[in-house]
Amino acid sequence: MEVKRNQLSAWLYLLPTIILMAIFTVYPLIRSFFMAFAENYNYMTDTWSSIGINNFRIILGEGSEFLQYLKTTCLIVIISVPISVVLSLLIAVGLNSIKKLTKLYQTIFFMPYVTNSIAIGMVFSVMFAGDKSIVNYVLELLGIGGQNWLGGVSTYGNHASYVSQMTVLLIYIVWHSLPFKILVLLSGLQGIDKQYYQAAQIDSASKFTVLTKITVPLLSPQIAFLTTTSFIGAFKEYSSVIGLFGAKEGATGGHYDMRTIVGYIYASLTDLNVGEACAGAVVLFVIIMVFTLLKNFISRKQIHY
Amino acid sequence: MPLLIIFSLIIALFVIVIIYKTIEKPSRRDGRLNHNLVIDETIELEYQKQIRREIIAKVVRYVIAYSLLTVAAFLVVFPFYWMFATSVKSAEEVMKMPPTIFPHEIHIENFKVAMQSANFGRFLINTLIVGVFSTLGTLVTTVTSAFAFARLNFRGRDLLFSMFIATMMIPGEMMVITNFITIMEWGMYNTYAAMIIPFWVSTYYIYLLRNTFKQIPNELYYAAKVDGTSDFKYLLKVMLPIASPTIITITILKLMGAWNSYVWPNLITDEDMRLITNGLRGSFSSEDGATVHLQMAATTVVTVPLLLVFIFFRKYIMRGVSRSGIKG
Repeated sequence: MEVKRNQLSAWLYLLPTIILMAIFTVYPLIRSFFMAFAENYNYMTDTWSSIGINNFRIILGEGSEFLQYLKTTCLIVIISVPISVVLSLLIAVGLNSIKKLTKLYQTIFFMPYVTNSIAIGMVFSVMFAGDKSIVNYVLELLGIGGQNWLGGVSTYGNHASYVSQMTVLLIYIVWHSLPFKILVLLSGLQGIDKQYYQAAQIDSASKFTVLTKITVPLLSPQIAFLTTTSFIGAFKEYSSVIGLFGAKEGATGGHYDMRTIVGYIYASLTDLNVGEACAGAVVLFVIIMVFTLLKNFISRKQIHY
Repeated sequence: MPLLIIFSLIIALFVIVIIYKTIEKPSRRDGRLNHNLVIDETIELEYQKQIRREIIAKVVRYVIAYSLLTVAAFLVVFPFYWMFATSVKSAEEVMKMPPTIFPHEIHIENFKVAMQSANFGRFLINTLIVGVFSTLGTLVTTVTSAFAFARLNFRGRDLLFSMFIATMMIPGEMMVITNFITIMEWGMYNTYAAMIIPFWVSTYYIYLLRNTFKQIPNELYYAAKVDGTSDFKYLLKVMLPIASPTIITITILKLMGAWNSYVWPNLITDEDMRLITNGLRGSFSSEDGATVHLQMAATTVVTVPLLLVFIFFRKYIMRGVSRSGIKG
């Protein structure tokens, strides 16, 4: 009797959560999957003509917009992830090797994490945009020469190239993604046994050898974790684009140069093109599942942390 | 420009002082150690040379480390500085060439103008309402489910828990599409409820609090049971106080989430019902840059509370973040 009552009370404690999850997580997941495969779906009347892969054929077909956005997203992923991992590793190693002011530096490096990505995106766009921007000014001083980074009328031409837009976006994404990586790597570094370094000192190994032969291998679980999670995060990049470019999602209105997969999903949804939005979301879902499985596989292989 | 040079000189001086202070101690100790070992003058000379070489290597290493860190820290801080600096400039000064590193005049009234021109007061109230009520709801569901998962025995507990965890891996966009339709069907477009209720459950926080609850020894629970304390009373009187740091972490992260949320309110609200981040991105988007100083004033208003929360609750925020995988 006692056990039965316990069972009941446990489910009562979970009841609100389960109801909310059923409505806002489980049901949406199933329905979104369904809508991705339903053809001519009308969400108002909940009717469809047939079940098939037509939505996927549209978004993945030859010369579709979605493929262009997928390319942009993949570029972001491939470039931003390695750069941010290497940079955060350098900073973490630097932080670990100093004795004074560590707290101050740590606090500074963590600041981008707690900021609003839309707000600071706007700051970056002010720093880059136009002839009179601080970045162009510094570049002119250094003799490199400025650039029309974010479009608009400019002495550098009235057109911002794909590369220059992408450069600003990548700088912002890396800037924003460093803190979390530094935090994880630093706590990993602090967990490394000092004996390894003492042994290296006796063998009078160079600092570079120590970094590549001791520090990086011993940090491999953290690096693998960060790489896979940032792959996932970078595939979902969206708010940094909105912060930098606004609703135009690119330098020039109507071109959506910097639109990502998630940007496409929301744009289709706003246009009430639900089927294609769902198909896009399923593609994203599959990509993320692959990386999640990869992450779980890697972390199971390296249990020593 | 001269200001910039002075600025870099100050940084360089600062770095040198730190390095000097860090180096001083070990070298002196090495010297003393050396004194006791002196047997022969040539040996001592050789020894001193080696020590000097080691000190130089150390200094070089510190110089590299501190310069790398200082440059990186400068790049991290600069956007914040530029935001503050631009936010107090006048419209003319913003357009000046070369850009002024330090504002010539301080125009505090920019903040007032920015607030009024963008209906920020209303957005702020909306954000507070949504933040407070979604946090309260989340706390209720998080505490009760974390308690059930950590303390109560029931059939299917572990299976249900791993299902909860599994939902964290699914990209939110899958849910957003249907939830958007649901909100439309329920006639909740442009209401506070639409921004609050869908966010009452967060599996990550349940996971976080369940782990905290698990660390509380079972003996306390059995003792309470013997005393005839009900589960609910035990949860309120014993577990919650012990787990209060985690509760604070959840509250802060949740409030920050409301402050930073953009996508969902952008989909399901209009004009007066929007939240602060939507208001920020939606206003002052003029192409010619004539309102840059006002835009930056509004951005400052959004950013400063976050930085203050970070400074005061650094420990709690770090604790929550270091266990999460992906942001959001």
